[in-house]
Amino acid sequence: MNVWLEKQRHLIDFTLASLARRKTKNLGLLLVYTLLVAVLASLTLFTNALRSEAAYVLAGSPEVILQRMVAGRHDLIPPGYFDKIGRIRGVQKKEGRLWGYYYDPVLKANYTFMARPAEEVADGSIMVGATLARERGLAPHNTISFRSYSGKLFAFEVASVLSPDSELLSADLILLSENDFRAFFEYPAGHYTDIALSVANPQEVRNVAAKLSEALPDSRPILREEVLRTYQSIFDWREGIMLTVLAGAIFAFSILAWEKAAGLSAEEKREIGILKAIGWETGDVIRMKMWEGLLISLSAFLLGLVAAYIHVFYLGAAVFEPVLKGWAVLYPRFALIPAVDGLQIATLFFFTVFPYTAAVLVPIWRAAITDPDSVMR
Amino acid sequence: MIELTQIKKAFNQGRPNEYWALNGIDLSLERGKVTAFCGPSGSGKTTLLTLVGCLSRPTSGRVRFKGEDISGLPERFLTDIRRQSFGFVFQQFNLIKGLSALENVILPGFPTGRPRAELIAAAHILFEQLKLTHRANARVEWLSGGEQQRVAIARALINNPEVIIADEPTANLDTVLSREFMAILEGFTAAGKTVLLTSHDPLVVESTAVHRVIGMRDGCLVDA
Ligand SMILES: Nc1ncnc2c1ncn2[C@@H]1O[C@H](COP(=O)(O)OP(=O)(O)OP(=O)(O)O)[C@@H](O)[C@H]1O
Ligand SMILES: [Mg+2]
Repeated sequence: MNVWLEKQRHLIDFTLASLARRKTKNLGLLLVYTLLVAVLASLTLFTNALRSEAAYVLAGSPEVILQRMVAGRHDLIPPGYFDKIGRIRGVQKKEGRLWGYYYDPVLKANYTFMARPAEEVADGSIMVGATLARERGLAPHNTISFRSYSGKLFAFEVASVLSPDSELLSADLILLSENDFRAFFEYPAGHYTDIALSVANPQEVRNVAAKLSEALPDSRPILREEVLRTYQSIFDWREGIMLTVLAGAIFAFSILAWEKAAGLSAEEKREIGILKAIGWETGDVIRMKMWEGLLISLSAFLLGLVAAYIHVFYLGAAVFEPVLKGWAVLYPRFALIPAVDGLQIATLFFFTVFPYTAAVLVPIWRAAITDPDSVMR
Repeated sequence: MIELTQIKKAFNQGRPNEYWALNGIDLSLERGKVTAFCGPSGSGKTTLLTLVGCLSRPTSGRVRFKGEDISGLPERFLTDIRRQSFGFVFQQFNLIKGLSALENVILPGFPTGRPRAELIAAAHILFEQLKLTHRANARVEWLSGGEQQRVAIARALINNPEVIIADEPTANLDTVLSREFMAILEGFTAAGKTVLLTSHDPLVVESTAVHRVIGMRDGCLVDA
């Protein structure tokens, strides 16, 4: 055991010395490799964080949202509709919601206006999403005016900026009082945009939805779990595009690795011959090269991972933002909550470290099994 | 100590460029002696040394080392024997560039698992004997030809082998350095080592340090 350990130490020593001898070549390789891992890992971390972000945001939203449909399109909830729902077992709370979109010609962006009860937002004041506040340069107690669709100008005082906890979805959000909302959009009294229902027991959600459809045939219940699934598939789809691109990157990298390995220089081949002639076994040579491959790929992997972590969680994934985000017109410049999935990291490890090490080993193996007598000539 | 019977060696056997480098060699070599092989270029001297030194295997015939038939052993065992019993000094020295003299010398010790400190200590003793201590940490490509050869000799000795095999050891050296090498050879004999070398050089062949000269021609032994 001791001898084995000592041998590995010798091999690593020699490997380090060898790496240092071909500094530029190995540093270049390390750089390319690190870059590739960083891009791949950024993507992995980023999509994963987005997904958990969406889940986190949706966790606060109601289990069921009821919309009324007219001619297959979302329509207002008329007065009295609310009472037709009656009592459904399992529904804890039902609430009419008021929200709508507003196009701001200043930012050329859409905002989501949402009414909140008077206890939360007083008449004449609003609460704004952090991104929006930043883009329009708003701070608490500032005043801002919006021209309504009917052409009237409304001035609001900013009561507060929404906490950027889940900036992804609240980026373009404006909360205002019900009265202001109805006045601003000239929303008919007694009408609502949709109805939110809270269901405590997740098992009951589908029952509740079925009963709602029965009681109100012109309604469409939207379940949170379905929304969640839609989000997930959107992410999966976007991820798919990126993965296709990245498959190309990996392929290019494999060629690079292969070339480095297959292009074992005459010098390296001679050295392998010398080592064998002076008593190294084929296995020793291969192990030494394996250490070399592992040292390069492991350091590239770790460096790339750290770079990706910084890129995604501290620099806001600047490289991917335009591709992967953007259902809101305002790009939320948010700090994602660091979320790392062990399995994904393991997959990434497998697809970067393993092919490289394999690609390096094959030609080494071929060189290492040749007879050592060539060094005598 | 080393016995060769009916050794034949073919390169590219069965192909159109088949070439028989050795054509039936019978030879017995004594322990503790310096034997020199001489003969024209292409006569098979190097090929013979690679067979004895376990760097390759004969096409037919037997190689016995200390009574044991080693000609049929698998590569692993040949490597073991080579590492324990043979030290090589190559014509081109075959040092590994970019490493220091010291690092080159301790390389053959790695597969034995001897602790690094012990190897370094052994290397320093050899450097002292070969008057090379002041160059121990220099990169080998900065060394002169004679210094490089002494590094190669130190490397051949690090595992304390019984047999030293030197192919054209003086081909790259001038007269003074060649004489120095012959002096080192006498040291080997004093230490009880068996030495096999090849040479064209009369200075080597006629030296008193060499106990036996064997002539070769066209893959056969001839009287020197
Ligand atoms: N791997 C090989 N493939 C084909 N032919 C070979 C090979 N190795 C040696 N030979 C041939 O075998 C013959 C003997 O070669 P060897 O190297 O043993 O000669 P040598 O006596 O050492 O010559 P020199 O004095 O020039 O070193 C040569 O004709 C050489 O061309
Ligand atoms: Mg030769």
